[in-house]
Amino acid sequence: MAYSDKVVDHYNHPRNVGSLDKNDPTVGTGLVGAPECGDVMKLQMKINPETQVIEEAKFKTFGCGSAIASSSLATEWVKGKTVEEALSIKNTDIVRELALPPVKIHCSVLAEDAIKAAIGDWKRKNTEAEKPATSSAAGQS
Amino acid sequence: MAVKLPIYMDNHATTPVDPRVLEAMLPFFTEKFGNAASRNHEFGWKAEEGVEHAREQVARLIGATPKEIIWTSGATESNNLAIKGVGEMYREKGNHIITEVTEHKAVLDTCKRLEKYGFVVTYLPVQKDGRVDLDDLRRAITPKTILITIMYANNEIGVVQPIAEIGAIAKEKGVFFHVDGVQAAGKIPVDVIKDNVDMLSMSGHKIYGPKGVGALYVRRRNPRVQLAAILDGGGHERGMRSGTLNVTGIVGFGKACELCQEGMPTESVRMRGLRDRLKDLIFSQLDEVFVNGSMTHRLPNNLNISFAYVEGESMLMGINDIAVSSGSACTSATLEPSYVLKALGVGEDLAHTSIRFGLGRFNTEEEVDYVAARVVETVRRLRELSPLYEMAKEGMDLSKMTWNTH
Repeated sequence: MAYSDKVVDHYNHPRNVGSLDKNDPTVGTGLVGAPECGDVMKLQMKINPETQVIEEAKFKTFGCGSAIASSSLATEWVKGKTVEEALSIKNTDIVRELALPPVKIHCSVLAEDAIKAAIGDWKRKNTEAEKPATSSAAGQS
Repeated sequence: MAVKLPIYMDNHATTPVDPRVLEAMLPFFTEKFGNAASRNHEFGWKAEEGVEHAREQVARLIGATPKEIIWTSGATESNNLAIKGVGEMYREKGNHIITEVTEHKAVLDTCKRLEKYGFVVTYLPVQKDGRVDLDDLRRAITPKTILITIMYANNEIGVVQPIAEIGAIAKEKGVFFHVDGVQAAGKIPVDVIKDNVDMLSMSGHKIYGPKGVGALYVRRRNPRVQLAAILDGGGHERGMRSGTLNVTGIVGFGKACELCQEGMPTESVRMRGLRDRLKDLIFSQLDEVFVNGSMTHRLPNNLNISFAYVEGESMLMGINDIAVSSGSACTSATLEPSYVLKALGVGEDLAHTSIRFGLGRFNTEEEVDYVAARVVETVRRLRELSPLYEMAKEGMDLSKMTWNTH
């Protein structure tokens, strides 16, 4: 399969690879996909509680080049956005930007899910702020 | 160290034509271009001479007689002809066929089609090492069984089946035995007499011959196998395969068999040396890598490894100056990971991380070293990117987690 230049670029130079402290109350963690399906994305965002601006975003992805590129792009896009703005990112935007072929659309869906899961985790943490911070990475049993 | 890039290490998919094979073929394109079925002039005779010489070369490689070789367009056709041909010809004797789950699709899908026409097919499971259990086979045989079809060596994991033992069982039970020998013939010794094989499929392009030509060995005595033809027409090839012979392809295929037979003692040792070198280089530098399938009963040129926590397609993208293939779903049209690895009991998570290395006649030690270095470097890089690797290193048991699947 031929990859678009943008997918190749993200694959060769992934942006914002790494991890944030998942126990930090200002950090939201989204973990989506499954090893059996060949795709797992972990997307983390550090969100300013005052402004609701995403100040930092990190990812790690197990998956094909398109999955890596989709999550790398997602971190680029959410950085500097507010939570509300980030939630409006659609998988179709990612498909368009990376010129993903139909067989790779699920990679973009996963990236959108990861954004929503990370923000969901952050919201959960902050509505349950009184409770002691536990390991709450989404998906962990 | 100057290796020429890209490196081809996907020799189970196809092989380059050996220059000596090409040389043998060339006259048959231009001077000796006749139709091998033209019986009344020089052009036809020359072509026929080439075809019959090739028939001897192919037969010799597998311990058959030339008359037992039927030319086809390739192993897919050979498998179809053997299975459908026996099915139709011996329908009154029985309607049961035994095969195994790790066969090539050319066998599995042919069996599936026969099921539509009232045949009953048993798909034997394989053990963890990729081999069928002979007791399973014995138990599966019924008075209705007319055919056992088991591959000699698997195209993904290179695992070699106990063909002689299966042949003995088939003979004892009076059941025909067809073997898909595509990956084995020319690479390891194959002897249809010793192994009690009744039909054997072969292909030219897997053994440094041209594409578009194959053969089916069809036993003529003890027992004599009769096949209903798939293609009707001029009655070529003892009526089993009509159609003008692909003379150039056949001549090349014959030469390829001769070269394989002559070179096998040294070539198989060299392949094994290169393969083991590749394996040792990878295993000494990476943790959590696993060989899929038996290392003992295996083609000398095959290595199939799962690199835990690194998805196969992203691996291929990282080592894009090396041609290998992956059992990952992302590299297949079906979005399913390798059914062969699944049959071995390899988890789908690890199936997605598998890479098949198929060494060949033209690979060098320098290439093996280069490939090993690129693989190690790419796995390390992608593991840094892998949330699964991070979680495993933190001590989490990934198999016990609940995943948000779609």
